[in-house]
Amino acid sequence: MDRKKLVEFKNVSFQYEEERALVLNQVSFDIYEGEWVAIIGHNGSGKSTIAKLLNGLLMPKDGEIIVDGKKVDDDTVWDIRKDVGMVFQNPDNQFVGATVQDDVAFGMENRGVPREEMRERIQRTLSAVRMQDYLITEPHRLSGGQKQRVAIASVLAIAPKVLILDEATAMLDPTGRKEIMHTVNDIQESEGLSLITITHDLQEIVQADRVIVMNKGQIWEETTPRELFLQRGELREIGLDVPFVGQLTDELRKQGVPLKEAALNHEELLEELWKFNSKM
Amino acid sequence: MEIQFKDVSYIYQENTPFAHKALENISFMVDSGSFVAVIGHTGSGKSTLIQHLNGLSLPSRGEITIGDFRLSADGKPKNIRDLRRKVGVVFQYPEHQLFEETVAKDIAFGPKNFGVTQEEIDHRIEKLLPAVGLPEEILERSPFDLSGGQKRRVAIAGVLAMAPQVLVLDEPTAGLDPRGQREMMDMFYQLHQEQNLTTVLVTHSMEDALAYADKIIILNKGQKYMEGPPLEVFKQADKLQKVQLGIPEVIHFLNQYNERFGTSLNYQYQSMRELAEEIKKQLEVGSHE
Ligand SMILES: Nc1ncnc2c1ncn2[C@@H]1O[C@H](COP(=O)(O)OP(=O)(O)OP(=O)(O)O)[C@@H](O)[C@H]1O
Ligand SMILES: Nc1ncnc2c1ncn2[C@@H]1O[C@H](COP(=O)(O)OP(=O)(O)OP(=O)(O)O)[C@@H](O)[C@H]1O
Ligand SMILES: [Mg+2]
Ligand SMILES: [Mg+2]
Repeated sequence: MDRKKLVEFKNVSFQYEEERALVLNQVSFDIYEGEWVAIIGHNGSGKSTIAKLLNGLLMPKDGEIIVDGKKVDDDTVWDIRKDVGMVFQNPDNQFVGATVQDDVAFGMENRGVPREEMRERIQRTLSAVRMQDYLITEPHRLSGGQKQRVAIASVLAIAPKVLILDEATAMLDPTGRKEIMHTVNDIQESEGLSLITITHDLQEIVQADRVIVMNKGQIWEETTPRELFLQRGELREIGLDVPFVGQLTDELRKQGVPLKEAALNHEELLEELWKFNSKM
Repeated sequence: MEIQFKDVSYIYQENTPFAHKALENISFMVDSGSFVAVIGHTGSGKSTLIQHLNGLSLPSRGEITIGDFRLSADGKPKNIRDLRRKVGVVFQYPEHQLFEETVAKDIAFGPKNFGVTQEEIDHRIEKLLPAVGLPEEILERSPFDLSGGQKRRVAIAGVLAMAPQVLVLDEPTAGLDPRGQREMMDMFYQLHQEQNLTTVLVTHSMEDALAYADKIIILNKGQKYMEGPPLEVFKQADKLQKVQLGIPEVIHFLNQYNERFGTSLNYQYQSMRELAEEIKKQLEVGSHE
């Protein structure tokens, strides 16, 4: 299948300060239209830096970044930001409106969305994140999780081609997180946009098409969630961990229960146990 | 220190058209030396509640006692500084408590303010850095030029440097990498036990609430919805679901397992290994019936 590349990182290196080590070292990857890629890695491994390079908040020291065919540089950056929607790790850094509805409207105004359409999208996206009752609340008066919900609504409203969520659901409860990721995933599939989620939530990784694992500013591995969780020892070494299903599978196998080791969720593990049970 | 809430209500922007009741008639008790987890849906009032514990917010109605301190709508107690020295709060967003030029100064700010000697502060920092998983070279950097997880670690170190007697943690592992989340919670728990702290943890992790708390308090729309020991609370999956909360993964898995195999394995704080043993034994016995 000939899928369109929406994002290309070509040998990208970056450092914040000359005298300190490279924060990203020769990073290369591609992301296709309609794809969901998770970026994971230990604290300080360079994930947020990748996100900021992708929408031109930072410029690479070496290498190049191409978004939808355009190279990111000082001339294209304003254009590219229209295509790339981003939710920052701390939502306080991105609120611009005096009220929740102004904040959601802001990005659309910049993109010349007509009034009627704007009003409709404000309603739709705020309902999707269950914040429709807070239209005229000042963003700084929201709870931690409410802020994250509004930040996500604001970026969904601009319908970008590339959507980056940098730990955008970290303050939500597991149910809320699942619900929001479900909403985002629906929009991603129906609009064919590329979704990049930066996350420490192992559950969220499981749903992605691909995973890029960062370690000390370099790509440690590019893989699928299933393959990734087979490498239990290594994951712990680079600051990650093994999900519950993997841990229990390991213990069961140690005790001689012959399970396939690649169960990704409860259903798969139960199915494996069921097979073992009927064989006995 | 013992903490008691008596019919506490809190209203943001009281007496304005925007008045918002964030806490309503909350009463509970936290025994000295115990570990309490506060859980609830987005906006249920958790952060508002814990901001009362160091007098950052005062109740609009009702009364709070923390050790010998008393907080009510009548105004700040005279000895609020003492209260702030004894109650350390790690806020939900680390940015809200970082402000110095260097990490070293930031961590030292609290203890310095309360008259701890520089020598003692240096000693504390030396012990704290590895405990929160930060390298020494970070001390001279600006806290604003760090990654999200690094900021979180600095904010935690700053609170622990005050050696508080009550530790209040508002989602302290958000933004930490998975290994960091586990290590940090283990570290808090060790401190809690070794120094006989009273700990209040706000968390969205049902797993952490199960693993560390003696008691869970569940908030819903500003009211207390449930209160009890973790195993009791998590038995009531339906009641939790009504307020959009789940149960810890291990309990959820065992529930599914029991349903599928018609068994009744219970979670009683088994290790992963013990669980595997029980499942294996059960599968073997079950098949010979
Ligand atoms: N503004 C800045 N100035 C100088 N150094 C920075 C700045 N921002 C980040 N760094 C450093 O660059 C490295 C990568 O940071 P980055 O924020 O990309 O990490 P991350 O993978 O997003 O981590 P986390 O999981 O903690 O959010 C870290 O060592 C960090 O200290
Ligand atoms: N400064 C404020 N002014 C007015 N209302 C506020 C303010 N801060 C919070 N609120 C409101 O009070 C309620 C409780 O907020 P709180 O921050 O205590 O929730 P929370 O349980 O900590 O939620 P989260 O899990 O999202 O952090 C929310 O409805 C919120 O919108
Ligand atoms: Mg980051
Ligand atoms: Mg909160």
